[in-house]
Amino acid sequence: MTTLNINGKSHKIDLPTDTPLLWALRDYVGLTGTKFGCGMSLCGACTIHLDGQPVRSCVTPVSAAVGKVIVTIEAIGQDAIGKKIQEAWLALGVPQCGYCQSGQIMAATALLKQKPEPTDADIDTAMSGNICRCGTYPRIRSAIKQAAGIKEIKP
Amino acid sequence: MNKPIDPIELNTNVGNVDGNIEIANISRRAFIKNMALTGFVLAAGFPSLTKADEIAPPTEKGKYGADGMPNGWVDNPLIFVAIAADGMVTIVCHRSEMGQGVRTSLPMVVADELEADWKQVRVEQAPGNEPRYGNQDTDGSRSMRHFFLPMRRVGAAARTMLESAAAAKWKVPVQDVRAEQHHVLHPATGRKLGYGELAKAAAKLPVPASETLRLKNPADFRYIGKGKTALYDGKDMVTGQAQYGIDIHLKDMLYAVIARPPVFGGKVLNYDAKEALKVKGVISVIELKGSPMPANFNPLGGIAVIASNTWAAIQGRKALKIEWDKGPNGTYDSVTYKTELEAAARKPGKVVRSNGDVDTALQGAAKRVEAEYYIPHLAQAPMEPPAATARIVKGKCEIWSCTQAPQVSRESVAKWLKLAEDDVTIHVTLLGGGFGRKSKPDYVVEAALLSQAMKGKPVKVTWTREDDLQHSYFHTVSIERLEAGLDAQGKAIAWLHRTVAPSISSTFGPDSKHQTPSELGMGAINVPYTIANLRIENPEAEAHTRIGWFRSVYNIPHAFAIQSFVTELAVAAGRDPKDFLLDLIGPPRRINPDTLGDAWNYGESPDLYPVDTGRLRGVIEAAAKESGWGRTLPKGHGLGIAAHYSFVTYVAVVVEVSVDESGKLRIPRIDVAVDCGPQVNPERIRSQIEGACIMGVSLATLGEISFKDGAVMQDNFHNYQLTRMDDAPYEIRVHLLPPTDFNTPLGGVGEPGLPPIAPALCNAIFAATGQRIRQLPIMDQLRKD
Ligand code: FES
Ligand code: FES
Repeated sequence: MTTLNINGKSHKIDLPTDTPLLWALRDYVGLTGTKFGCGMSLCGACTIHLDGQPVRSCVTPVSAAVGKVIVTIEAIGQDAIGKKIQEAWLALGVPQCGYCQSGQIMAATALLKQKPEPTDADIDTAMSGNICRCGTYPRIRSAIKQAAGIKEIKP
Repeated sequence: MNKPIDPIELNTNVGNVDGNIEIANISRRAFIKNMALTGFVLAAGFPSLTKADEIAPPTEKGKYGADGMPNGWVDNPLIFVAIAADGMVTIVCHRSEMGQGVRTSLPMVVADELEADWKQVRVEQAPGNEPRYGNQDTDGSRSMRHFFLPMRRVGAAARTMLESAAAAKWKVPVQDVRAEQHHVLHPATGRKLGYGELAKAAAKLPVPASETLRLKNPADFRYIGKGKTALYDGKDMVTGQAQYGIDIHLKDMLYAVIARPPVFGGKVLNYDAKEALKVKGVISVIELKGSPMPANFNPLGGIAVIASNTWAAIQGRKALKIEWDKGPNGTYDSVTYKTELEAAARKPGKVVRSNGDVDTALQGAAKRVEAEYYIPHLAQAPMEPPAATARIVKGKCEIWSCTQAPQVSRESVAKWLKLAEDDVTIHVTLLGGGFGRKSKPDYVVEAALLSQAMKGKPVKVTWTREDDLQHSYFHTVSIERLEAGLDAQGKAIAWLHRTVAPSISSTFGPDSKHQTPSELGMGAINVPYTIANLRIENPEAEAHTRIGWFRSVYNIPHAFAIQSFVTELAVAAGRDPKDFLLDLIGPPRRINPDTLGDAWNYGESPDLYPVDTGRLRGVIEAAAKESGWGRTLPKGHGLGIAAHYSFVTYVAVVVEVSVDESGKLRIPRIDVAVDCGPQVNPERIRSQIEGACIMGVSLATLGEISFKDGAVMQDNFHNYQLTRMDDAPYEIRVHLLPPTDFNTPLGGVGEPGLPPIAPALCNAIFAATGQRIRQLPIMDQLRKD
């Protein structure tokens, strides 16, 4: 039995500790907002925050999260920056199918926490691990800037 | 074993927001969840809503548009609208939401005609049941095109019933009352009744006949055409509450993954499950029989591992030892196959359209140009891989799945389980993308078969990304060979196009080795060019894998080749590519597609939907103007243009690229002009077009599925790459052509943005570098080492 701190609550997990957090969250805890896209740290759909850092939960074993603070998309709105990001996402109509957006929002929130006024290059670096097959990248970029209060200057 | 999962709490932290989207709906996430788990719950108001036997048979169906689709359309308000005593209006969406915004846009049409206040509307997803709801195949860019009018009539009929109920109550003539924003008013006396108060009485009234309905004057639309309505599921999507097929959780549910034959047509020779069964959490290993070819919607068969969670099932699958018989496609090899396609393209093939005398004209041409273009197989790769959950209780099968084809899923499951269709319920979840992959319910059948094998217990089948990329119904693979003759003035006088690509029809029957009329009608035979001598041929190509629909389908290779070639011809003629393209198209005229050899025309009436070269010219001129075509560009930059008619919509695009000294490609800007007729939800049209631009860039630069020894060589996003943020077009400017005249028939939106992107990109690369790309993907063809 492993105990994990997820979204401010403690959860007992009865799974082998090498189980990726992704599946512990989705299948065991029932937090399905964190998505499966590749299972190989290639798409970012499964991004969560571990002690405030964005990590790919599909390659992070349960054992690596013991004693750490896990925050998922379901609770990121309780964070002031996460909430701003969600609001900007809605205001600009970012989601299409929406499936990748949990991961995008987790990555974007982590970015703004580190760099409150990111440059385009910062956005590229922080967000290029997150694939959106629907192609919402231009709106994601604009929404990050809107959340950061950056006036959009088109080159 | 799993512990039961508590319901997830609704995150209510997202407040109202300012921005360009203004009309937000109340989040109904909790209700969606209930629906997914307990079935169709409807509020009181229209009591007959849940009784399927009271459907009025739709009147007078023709052969075009929705009329020509299986089960056509239904416009009965009792099927689509329910109003509760508290005024909450429930509108049923019968098409699948996969990112196009249909759960917002179609109900919004009903709400507008109904004069419902969007804040008091909730959307209910219809289960698969076409006799009840009309056609549900969410593909072909058809949802709004086919259901705009039926949904307007649904709203208008419900509004009329509410008005009649109020008039009866007040004992005044119905012409003296008026519905407005969730109320019926009697202006003469200032009386007013809410929809909730009227619902019960209204439900008892007869449904007015379609021809008697008074549709709104478009000038009075509140939501239609405005693009200010927030995405119905948006809040759920940004808070992790949205439910996709892969997210379904039922009590005591089991989790399955399947090892499928690596080669299409192969089967299991023998297998050893000993090690798999030792994996903690693995419960059972089950062999699924394959199906004889053709592929159809049948499951591929293989060995399924059933476990207490997905990860255990994946680990169990890794531990399986399986020996496969590769079957007849075991030698399919993309490198060899390409040379076969080329050989076929260099010989005469079946003539599918012929005007004038091409051979003589070519011989007499001052200049001859020829080129061959190649596009490999592609996988749709929706971010949510296919997934389905099934359970069977007392001979009734219930399915939850992300499917574009709810009725086809229902029929397929009924056939495989030998159940009556009425005993199969398909609950449609949100789709994490579809792009044609989820039109094929092979994965839905897998879940049903595994539930059956587990004595009816709920079983969720999850496809991993490897499964998705290796067992898709792939986009075809193609060689397009074009040859043209120019006269001394640089005018095109002869055009010979050979299109060689295995057909999707091979998935459903004996392989004719020829493209079907609809496949050819996707931009190959129906070129509306003013060239006197023109011949289109379709040599044979045999399929060796499951070929299926990929967003915009055969338009992809046809448009890539033709629109690349037009710029190549312009260059050969020493002309500006845009001017040359406009000259080829000629003056504005409305052409009956039949006269272009296209009797299909996306299933639409040739009278209502002629090929309108004026509109095609219009988008080209708009894209050119908005992009500043001809402007001076920095060194290493170039502009490319392409235009294409598909899904009865006209799109032209100008791509700007820069290619630096190392060969690094960037796309600073795309200008895309779209004429899709009336724009019901312009905001979602824009987002669809933006997405199509990026998908077009993705397939042009990176997309390739290739086969060796019969099996797919790519297995995840490291070797089947998709465009990411850093390589995506920086700016996409969508120009929707005015005006929104709701008397014009609607065009499609989801797909037509895609075909012109790859050729415009390659034309831009040519303009920037002088290098002509004829084989996709571009990959590192530009790299200078
Ligand atoms: S699922 Fe973890 S990165 Fe793709
Ligand atoms: S919104 Fe569909 S994958 Fe990003």
